[in-house]
Amino acid sequence: MASPFGSILLVTGGSEFLADRVRRKAVGQIREADPACEVAESEAGRLVAGELAALTSPSLFSTSSGLVITGLEDLVDAAQAELLAYAAEPSSDVAVVLVHGGGNKGKGVLDKLRKNAAVHEVKVEAPKYERDHVTWVRREVTDLGSTIDEEAAALLVTAVGQDLRALAGAADQLVSSAGQGVRVDREVVAQYFGGRADVRGFEIADAAIEGRLAAALEQLRWAEANKVAPVLVTSAFASGLRSLTKLADVRGGLRDNEVASAIGAPPFKVRALRSQLRGWEPEGLARAMDVVARTDVEVKGGGADPAYALERMVLQVAAARRG
Amino acid sequence: MTVWDELVGQEPVVEVLQRAVAAASSGGSGMTHAWLFTGPPGSGRSNAARAFAAALQCERGTGCGECHSCVTARAGSHPDITLISTQGLSIGTDQAREVVRAASLHPSSGRWQVLVVEDADRLTDQAANALLKAIEEPPPATIWMLCAPAVEDVIVTIRSRCRSVVLRTPPAAAVARLLVERDGIDAQAAREAAQASQGHVGRARALATKDEVRRRRREILDLAGSLRTPGSCLRAAATIHELAADHAKDLADSADAKELADLRAGWGVEERGKRPAGYAGALSALEKEQKRRRTRLSRDAIDGMLLDLLSLQRDVLAVQLGSVQDPGDLVNADVAGEVQTLARLGTAESTLRRVDAILECRESVAANAAPLLCLERMMLALAA
Repeated sequence: MASPFGSILLVTGGSEFLADRVRRKAVGQIREADPACEVAESEAGRLVAGELAALTSPSLFSTSSGLVITGLEDLVDAAQAELLAYAAEPSSDVAVVLVHGGGNKGKGVLDKLRKNAAVHEVKVEAPKYERDHVTWVRREVTDLGSTIDEEAAALLVTAVGQDLRALAGAADQLVSSAGQGVRVDREVVAQYFGGRADVRGFEIADAAIEGRLAAALEQLRWAEANKVAPVLVTSAFASGLRSLTKLADVRGGLRDNEVASAIGAPPFKVRALRSQLRGWEPEGLARAMDVVARTDVEVKGGGADPAYALERMVLQVAAARRG
Repeated sequence: MTVWDELVGQEPVVEVLQRAVAAASSGGSGMTHAWLFTGPPGSGRSNAARAFAAALQCERGTGCGECHSCVTARAGSHPDITLISTQGLSIGTDQAREVVRAASLHPSSGRWQVLVVEDADRLTDQAANALLKAIEEPPPATIWMLCAPAVEDVIVTIRSRCRSVVLRTPPAAAVARLLVERDGIDAQAAREAAQASQGHVGRARALATKDEVRRRRREILDLAGSLRTPGSCLRAAATIHELAADHAKDLADSADAKELADLRAGWGVEERGKRPAGYAGALSALEKEQKRRRTRLSRDAIDGMLLDLLSLQRDVLAVQLGSVQDPGDLVNADVAGEVQTLARLGTAESTLRRVDAILECRESVAANAAPLLCLERMMLALAA
């Protein structure tokens, strides 16, 4: 790695966690390059005109200095001009790290900074889809000095959810308990995170509608523990039952696409809905809808205990199935 | 045409008010400084208050409807009659204090300084408290008139300082007569509209004059006969939900656009260029308020449609119990055939269960439950 002094590291992108990580790593490198160096940190929003010049000057106590500016999007116009002037002629004794919080604000200054030779940009973007999270976890574990297979990483993402901070913590825990260089496999993940799940309302609704009562109740408890809002659970039940009821009304012989547009559900869900519908009679659907609507009032202050109301709803919906 | 003519079917109240007007001009007893008008929506509470105010200011002392004073009072431009109302959710202390200041003024041309609070039920407790002193002991020429749906809607300390005037639900025949005489609607249509609106004068007028309102009501009433499978119940619920959303959109869109234009003009915001500091906050506050209004409008619309469905069940029950001989006496006389069919299909018990389902739905919607879900539940119960 080239010396951090005399160059400007620009961190951009929407993931605060990842940006923070890059920033800390950069500060570590500055300290490593010169242990005597002082590193000043400031928020761009608080910088007043003239302050930047003082911060980028050599200190009395050491020849080199480091400067970290976070929240670059809040930089005022006067300070922007100073920063750009510095970027054009960086001092060889000063290491600068600039962190931009993502978004369009302050994009002008970013574009101008990028044109300078001294500026190196690192983009951090949070993974978007579940697949990307799995890949991210695998790379994370590799960085920590172990390996993890695809299956185990996927299991970890289902259990922990898609919050990067939580995933990084989980990866760290797994590697330190399995030991460096040891391959993390399914068993290890199951040992530490088995049974735990990042549950959304739809998963509980599907389980209850399909009659998997034990799974539905277990997931409901996880949802409560994870502070999933009760309204999200009732609305997931309502929308699941609503699709089923509409499907029950569609006459046979239609193709999946036609059915999907008739009931207003995405085509890939139609097959799943059809298999769910096999367990239901129209009367049962009406009964289940009734229960869900009553529960919706109860979780919004109509009842004493939302948790109890939800649990009873799961039981009653499952009981309303055929047979 | 005197100022009293638009008060339909409120003869006892008109008599009381006329006596008070006479007492006020002769100095006899029967007049007081604070009045509370209560009555069901549409019965004409604020109209009664305005007519009373006009009669008090009338140059001939009777509410002739022809003198300069009566004409300006009817147009809402009389300098000594102040109307206080709100389009928002409540009347706050700021507005109330302003009114108290106006109450202490001497009348400029008329004999009285009249303050009509049209939405006294929307006074916040603090605002009502701010009015207390002014209502209890106003200057000699100041008269307060408060309007609210029921006396319970006004805090007890205000209630005890006012003389209460209770309006009744006007009889359908009287409403029909008004529609014929004032709006020139033919007798048959006026009668049907008056019955269908159950004494709400404004609604009766809208039903009689606007095709769209009539069509919407028919659409709602037809839903009751369309409930067969659970799927059709969900569709009926979705129909009501959409109609309500459209209704709210019709009313809110133009108001929203105007408020936004006013806000932009006030902050000097141009199409391009930098926004002034603080504008973003003001904009988001406005948008929040507009969203709240839209929600309220759509909920009110749902409630109105539920009342239509309720009146239909009421007719069905009346037929089932044999308490209506002439189909013309039904609230929904225009769909008498359907009412008969529904009555034959069910029993009085099942009709009562349906009435309960509708009432419960109204309560749930008011309690902030998801409106579509409540409607679906109700429709499924109606079909059962």
